[in-house]
Amino acid sequence: MADIRNNFVGIKSPNPFWLASAPPTDKAYNVERAFKAGWGGVVWKTLGEEGPPVVNVNGPRYGAIWGADRRLLGLNNIELITDRDLQTNLREMKQVKMNWPDRALIASIMVPCVEESWKAILPLVEETGADGIELNFGCPHGMSERGMGSAVGQVPEYIEMVVRWCKQYTRMPVITKLTPNITDIRQPARAAKRGGTDAVSLINTINSIVSVDLDNFAPNPTVGGKGSHGGYCGPAVKPIALNMVAEIARDAETAGLPISGIGGVTTWRDAAEFLVLGAGNVQVCTAAMTYGFKIVEEMITGLSDWMDEKGHRTLDDITGRAVPNVTDWQYLNLNYIAKARIDQDLCIQCGRCHIACEDTSHQAITSMVDGVRHFQVMEDECVGCNLCVNVCPVDNCISMVALEPGTLDERTGKIVDPTYANWTTHPNNPMARQAAE
Amino acid sequence: MGTSDTGIVAGRLPPAEIEANFTDLHAPLTRHEALVASDRCYFCYDAPCMTACPTAIDIPLFIRQISTGNAMGAAKTIFDQNILGGMCARVCPTETLCEQACVRNTAEERPVEIGRLQRFATDTAMQANRQFYRRAAPTGKSIAVVGAGPAGLACAHRLAMKGHEVIVYDAREKAGGLNEYGIATYKAVDDFAAREVDYVTAIGGIDIRNRQMLGRDIKLADLTARHDAVFLGVGLAGVNALSAEGEAAEGVEDAVDFIARLRQSPTKADIAVGRRVVVIGGGMTAVDAAVQAKLLGAEEVTICYRRGKENMNASEFEQDLAAAKGVTIRHWLQPLSIVTGESGTVAGIEMAYTQIVDGRLTTTGETTVIAADQVLKAIGQTFEPVGLDVLTLERGRIVADAEGRTSLEGVWAGGDCVADGEDLTVSAVAQGRDAAESIHRTLMATAAPAIDAVA
Ligand SMILES: Cc1cc2nc3c(=O)[nH]c(=O)nc-3n(C[C@H](O)[C@H](O)[C@H](O)COP(=O)(O)OP(=O)(O)OC[C@H]3O[C@@H](n4cnc5c(N)ncnc54)[C@H](O)[C@@H]3O)c2cc1C
Ligand code: SF4
Repeated sequence: MADIRNNFVGIKSPNPFWLASAPPTDKAYNVERAFKAGWGGVVWKTLGEEGPPVVNVNGPRYGAIWGADRRLLGLNNIELITDRDLQTNLREMKQVKMNWPDRALIASIMVPCVEESWKAILPLVEETGADGIELNFGCPHGMSERGMGSAVGQVPEYIEMVVRWCKQYTRMPVITKLTPNITDIRQPARAAKRGGTDAVSLINTINSIVSVDLDNFAPNPTVGGKGSHGGYCGPAVKPIALNMVAEIARDAETAGLPISGIGGVTTWRDAAEFLVLGAGNVQVCTAAMTYGFKIVEEMITGLSDWMDEKGHRTLDDITGRAVPNVTDWQYLNLNYIAKARIDQDLCIQCGRCHIACEDTSHQAITSMVDGVRHFQVMEDECVGCNLCVNVCPVDNCISMVALEPGTLDERTGKIVDPTYANWTTHPNNPMARQAAE
Repeated sequence: MGTSDTGIVAGRLPPAEIEANFTDLHAPLTRHEALVASDRCYFCYDAPCMTACPTAIDIPLFIRQISTGNAMGAAKTIFDQNILGGMCARVCPTETLCEQACVRNTAEERPVEIGRLQRFATDTAMQANRQFYRRAAPTGKSIAVVGAGPAGLACAHRLAMKGHEVIVYDAREKAGGLNEYGIATYKAVDDFAAREVDYVTAIGGIDIRNRQMLGRDIKLADLTARHDAVFLGVGLAGVNALSAEGEAAEGVEDAVDFIARLRQSPTKADIAVGRRVVVIGGGMTAVDAAVQAKLLGAEEVTICYRRGKENMNASEFEQDLAAAKGVTIRHWLQPLSIVTGESGTVAGIEMAYTQIVDGRLTTTGETTVIAADQVLKAIGQTFEPVGLDVLTLERGRIVADAEGRTSLEGVWAGGDCVADGEDLTVSAVAQGRDAAESIHRTLMATAAPAIDAVA
């Protein structure tokens, strides 16, 4: 059986599935339940400074978008960091860590951007026996208005500075949690690395208005007639998170920096995708908040069954395996030619491929052949865009088939060239021509 | 406590049980169920279900409207094509129409529940009494519609919409045609047929005159003289004879009459039914009569059909329904004679076994007697051309073209009474609606000033 034990910057856990710092990890009660359910680790709900804790709104904190059958696709929240007293949290963390020595317990921290604040809290956290700390530079709402969370995470210089303080005042590994609410994720990652961080974790939630109440003309969740932007997470954000993880994994400056992947992980498959794009483990929140802690059983068995099936023995065998295959558009092989093919035995005749292609793409799928409803790809029109594959409701009914080199592309009338050729050398590229001249 | 006496008696089951037996066959979808069901629609291109619906309702559109929380808009999409969409949602044999064409059948042998979704949308609008149509400016034209069944009502509504004045003549006490008198009780509960007539006529300009029978109280020639056009939607007023000996015996009845009595009775427990009932026929009427006899508490109900299962007009779904309710269906049996007891009432029916020889149905010479104290005849209705002998008929029904024009100028026809009628509510609606469009086009073409007259 595959060994899915995880060693992330020296922090060991029986599997790579951690619960992200969020409501599921706010109290000993929840965390105990999570560990009983099988979670490998938790990042405790973000701690603030000593003193009166923050307060949350007393109305709705969450909003959502749904897919078919009201399946939750995206969740948005306006909750702040823990609203419980610091000492209570620390006491509980210590007890839980004692009860579960084999699980990872990370303290998430967000205090004002001054050295004294960080210096004050770090020894308190260290005293709990926590395995590491995560710096919350992510929250896009509420705390950011007070100069914390993403207000820090959006300024690389601040990140570097705070990471440096932390490395100075604690021996615990430092994980820097990044906000996606910036234009280039590599900048804060590089800054964290310069500051000496042990790892980064990403993504935190995305600035969002999840929906609007059309009766009251106010954003959801609506609190007394008004709403505020919140942090978006759940399956809908996974593609954004995957890209940001890959960007850091393949950036020359940050390559090799450990990454804890976060953003919409719902199944073992999602987790595996993060891992192969360079994440050392994953953190989960929305899926647990949607279905409860039991989902980790599916994640653990799914990941290890897949690894068994493919012959991967440890997580190191898969981590980062897809990174070399992430490239820039300009390096994609323009001589690779594919055509859609419809499996007529699987086709249910819904016609969605036809109308998608006809109305919005390349008019390459029939709707009628010899007077009979029939959907078939016209190879002389098909540009191989893959839209039909994506809109077809039947799994595997339409597939993209690569043309063998040496065969005829009926659309262009040209023979498929076996050599690799990309945009950088393409005759239509003015830059390429300049270089040639 | 019910009775199990022989003979035709009421109260075979406790009244409460009988009432419960006649509630909705399919419960209406709740809002949540409707959302889940609507999510299953693929919004097909040139959707096969639309083609399969005789009224060509834009099904993908109305289902998408339901899924986005716009049930009211969905209702309008339905009514645009089929103003009796409420009844059709309840009575259409969807398993042979729209739902049979659903591509989900290919994928997972379970179609989108089009009929129930249609009911959800139309109920929403009808419960709110939301009227979607206003009459166009008056045209000054007057049209006679004979028959207030689905064909006549659909025709009248479309004509009223166009600004014409419509007078509907119907022989019966109440409007609605077979919706009111024929459809099985559990398909149209809570007086739905009458409520639908009110909903349809609320547009205005439709004057329904009951107890006016063409051929008895009114004449076609008078109608053509008094009105600018005439639409005939008279359905099938007659029934086929069994041609079995002793058919006149007490206890032998037309299934449609039995059903009509049941439909018209406010308390179903009052309706008498035999202890052992035999229903002759193989169509929807036979199944409806048999099932309802069973629901009234008949101990044994047998449908006898003279051909095989595959020839039955009743759909697979209807046959399964009958079986589920405890009705026995026997094939290859044809009535020979009614067996009567001492008092002259039915005691049984003698049946001849049948077979196909050289493509023709013949008897095998073998016979059997089935004990029965009630025999219901459901071997088809016939068109009665009373006062309509001037029209060309074919196979006993009125010949009409694709637009509903009969052989007589100014006279249109549609529904069960025309030669290519399909004996379906929804087809009657389609034909009534299309005839209205044809009438409108014809009348307005004559009304419009000729081009050169303007010049
Ligand atoms: C028992 C039974 C069950 C059925 N179940 C279903 C079902 O579940 N689903 C389905 O789709 N179809 C069903 N049908 C068929 C469906 O009811 C008919 O196809 C449909 O009603 C035909 O509509 P129509 O308007 O042509 O005629 P009808 O509904 O028959 O209406 C004709 C109207 O004309 C009136 N009329 C007749 N003669 C005259 C006259 N001389 N002068 C004035 N008025 C006259 C009648 O009183 C009646 O109101 C069933 C039929 C029967 C008999
Ligand atoms: S009218 Fe009847 S056939 Fe047409 S969509 Fe509705 S239920 Fe289906």
